[in-house]
Amino acid sequence: MKFCGPKLSLCCTILSVWGIIQLGIMGILFYIKSPAFLEDLFIPENATEPAAYIDAMEKSFSQIALNCWIATALYGGTFVLSGWQMWLNFKK
Amino acid sequence: MGSLFRSEEVALCQLFLQSESAYTCVSELGELGLVQFRDLNPDVNAFQRKFVNEVRRCDEMERKLRYLEREIRRDAIPMQDTGDNPEAPMPREMIDLEANFEKLENELKEVNSNAEALKRNYLELTELRHILKKTQVFFDEEGHLWPWQAERDGCAGNLDGGSVSLTQNLLPDEAKGPIQLGFVAGVILRERVASFERMLWRACRGNVFLRQAQIEEPLEDPATGEQVYKSVFIIFFQGEQLKLRVKKICEGFRATMYPCPEAPADRREMAMGVKTRLDDLNTVLSQTQDHRHRVLVSAARNLRSWMLKVWKIKAIYHSLNMFNIDTIQNGLIAECWIPVPDLETVQLALRRGTEKSGSLPAILNRLSCVESPPTFHRTNKFTRAFQGLIDSYGVASYREMNPAVYTIITFPFLFAIMFGDLGHGIIMTLFGAWMVWKEKPLSVKKVDSEIWNIFFGGRYIILLMGTFSMYTGIIYNDVFSKSLNLFGSSWHVPFNESTIRDNREIMLDPKQPDQYEGTPYPIGLDPLWQLAANKINFLNSYKMKISIIFGIVHMMFGIILSLWNHRFFNRRLNVLCEFIPQVLFMSCLFVYLTLLVFIKWVNYGAGEDVPLVLTPGCAPSILITFINMVLMKGYEEAKGPNSCSAYMYDGQFYLQRMMVVVAVICVPWMLVAKPYFLYRASKQRAMLGTGGVEGAMEETPSTMPVQPAEDHDMSEILIHQGIHTIEFVLGSVSHTASYLRLWALSLAHAQLSEVLWGMVLRIGLSTAGTTGGFAMYFIFAAWATLTVVILVLMEGLSAFLHTLRLHWVEFQSKFYEGQGYAFVPFSFDSILEANESTVTEAK
Repeated sequence: MKFCGPKLSLCCTILSVWGIIQLGIMGILFYIKSPAFLEDLFIPENATEPAAYIDAMEKSFSQIALNCWIATALYGGTFVLSGWQMWLNFKK
Repeated sequence: MGSLFRSEEVALCQLFLQSESAYTCVSELGELGLVQFRDLNPDVNAFQRKFVNEVRRCDEMERKLRYLEREIRRDAIPMQDTGDNPEAPMPREMIDLEANFEKLENELKEVNSNAEALKRNYLELTELRHILKKTQVFFDEEGHLWPWQAERDGCAGNLDGGSVSLTQNLLPDEAKGPIQLGFVAGVILRERVASFERMLWRACRGNVFLRQAQIEEPLEDPATGEQVYKSVFIIFFQGEQLKLRVKKICEGFRATMYPCPEAPADRREMAMGVKTRLDDLNTVLSQTQDHRHRVLVSAARNLRSWMLKVWKIKAIYHSLNMFNIDTIQNGLIAECWIPVPDLETVQLALRRGTEKSGSLPAILNRLSCVESPPTFHRTNKFTRAFQGLIDSYGVASYREMNPAVYTIITFPFLFAIMFGDLGHGIIMTLFGAWMVWKEKPLSVKKVDSEIWNIFFGGRYIILLMGTFSMYTGIIYNDVFSKSLNLFGSSWHVPFNESTIRDNREIMLDPKQPDQYEGTPYPIGLDPLWQLAANKINFLNSYKMKISIIFGIVHMMFGIILSLWNHRFFNRRLNVLCEFIPQVLFMSCLFVYLTLLVFIKWVNYGAGEDVPLVLTPGCAPSILITFINMVLMKGYEEAKGPNSCSAYMYDGQFYLQRMMVVVAVICVPWMLVAKPYFLYRASKQRAMLGTGGVEGAMEETPSTMPVQPAEDHDMSEILIHQGIHTIEFVLGSVSHTASYLRLWALSLAHAQLSEVLWGMVLRIGLSTAGTTGGFAMYFIFAAWATLTVVILVLMEGLSAFLHTLRLHWVEFQSKFYEGQGYAFVPFSFDSILEANESTVTEAK
């Protein structure tokens, strides 16, 4: 039943909490197209025309927002798992 | 007034204790922890001191307790730490304790030796049992093997299984008859069997016959307690000589031999006897172990408090050894340092001690002393860490200004300038806050790790550094290298598509109202700078200037603190000859520099109605202005309406000239004035003669030897003053430049943070498609780990070190002497802690 030691489970729990909070907020910021993340977008090579460029930007914003939320969900799962391991490790 | 502003007043006191009450009084003072005893017998050998016997007895008791502790630990019995603090017992109780420990030790030693003897017996019986079992196999085997032999010799009729003696069967047919084979059976370590066999073969020239079989289960060696594997062997030989030889070889190889009967019936009987004896032995052994366990458990309950009591007794006798014996009044005389505000508390403690022992009260009177007392700062759990930072460099001289008070704020602030990142600040604050919140349970847990103890000891420093870093992170507008746009940027991009498409880079012009609003971002850096290509150019200028400003403020503050030191110690000469020229020098040159910075910031700017001479293009470089000022270059120029001016305000040229002159005058002022006045003063004293006693002492002088007075040699004073002046003048330039590390480290931190985001997290973010989500999952973990390890831990440590250096060197060199020694009171708490740490280290 127990496959993590106390240190690993604690680390993973803290990392998961941080991941949920930060990736969640980043997802929201990408969704509202915050310009701070301009350099993180993925623009394909062929989008040279302004219209295509802006279109690619907006698509990238939404895609990355979705990716961040997927990662948030994955960290939610990790949180449950490592939290369970932590509870097993630390119950006396 | 006890405060951190300067160290407390410490008085040298003499204590007269009656012999009966000395012990209890010292015990009370130890619990109090406010008194530092002086060693009045420094040249006396440790073995010639008065209470050496008692100390020896304490050492004996400690040894016995440690033996008990080892035995308890070996049996893995938990020792409870009730956390209570027993008082030091009276001397008569010491005898009871000694007797108790002696009894326990003897009992334990007896139980242990009994157990060992029993185990040895048990081992022998076990080996005998194995032998009986294995030789049964040998004898059976021989019965089966020899048909082959008999057939070879052509006599098939001799065999009859078990009825014929085995030894007879082993002999060749011719030799059968009166000759009997002897045999020995024994047990030997498995590793030695091969060499044993070889030795037997060589020594007996092949005339002996060895059979051996391994014992499957390991046996316990009684001496060491470890499990070893052994083998059973049986050796057949003929004749007395071979028997002697075989016996000698067995002894040499440390094989234990056992008498083994030949007949199977005898063997069976012996086996049963051995079995019953083994069972009896088992019961006795388990009972012995139970008894030992019970003894140890009952000892484990009290072991901790006994140990504390013994340590306290020893500490008390160590202190008593430092006192002088007053044979006339049958008492002890002690000299001790006591902080003046605590004199009442110490008197009360002494009264308690004398009441407990029921004798005449102790007398405490103050002495005057020539040597300087120890430095005592009364700190609490919050200020102790900061005081420790200062004390690591040098303990403050007696009653000197304590830099630790200001360090509480300046240290985290200067750290934060170098560390400014809201995200990393949050991480640090959370860590510090957790340690502070869980302070009590964490401090009770004794952790061996030195690194953890360092972090935990500095938890308040970490908490403060984190909160200040959050503030500077907001000012630098930096969260993990991204900016927050909370109030709307003041810059806008009004260009159309063709302009953007045709130009690789466009510089936004703050003069145009459609590009820059005219009012800056309310708090901190405008978020647009994060995306600007010339971000570093702008930030460099800003950060360098504020580093210099903070540096000069810090250093001027240090110089002003020296004024308080001079006034407290009535060093009027220093005020005139050191403080004033120092302030003038620094002000004329460096405070003026910061003034220029502010003037440039306020006056020059971009805007629609700004005259040409105040536009950014015409702003004079402050560095060039400063250099020209010091080199006395420059000239009054004609100011045309369309030309830039090298000067920021009218009359700058003449004002700067005057300032340089004043600064230059300060240097010989610092160098020569004080030695000249001292020389004049010593001349006057010499003329008046050495008549006139210093003034009768009302208080008795201390019994300790007095240090000689300071040397008033002129050459020494001149050299000292020269060094001081050069250090200050050259230091003013180098220290000012040294504060530029605030800029350098903050730039490095920001760049490192940006690189980490760009090289690690961006990979996950810009992965196309939905696989990016899963990539983000792993990449985020990597990015988070690297952030904590590199940016928080490594950069944090680096910024901590640089801030510490700025405080120790740049700040404290302006006023701090740091030649004192710490006040180390006689306190049971600190002694017990020291003993605990040596015990944990020894483990």
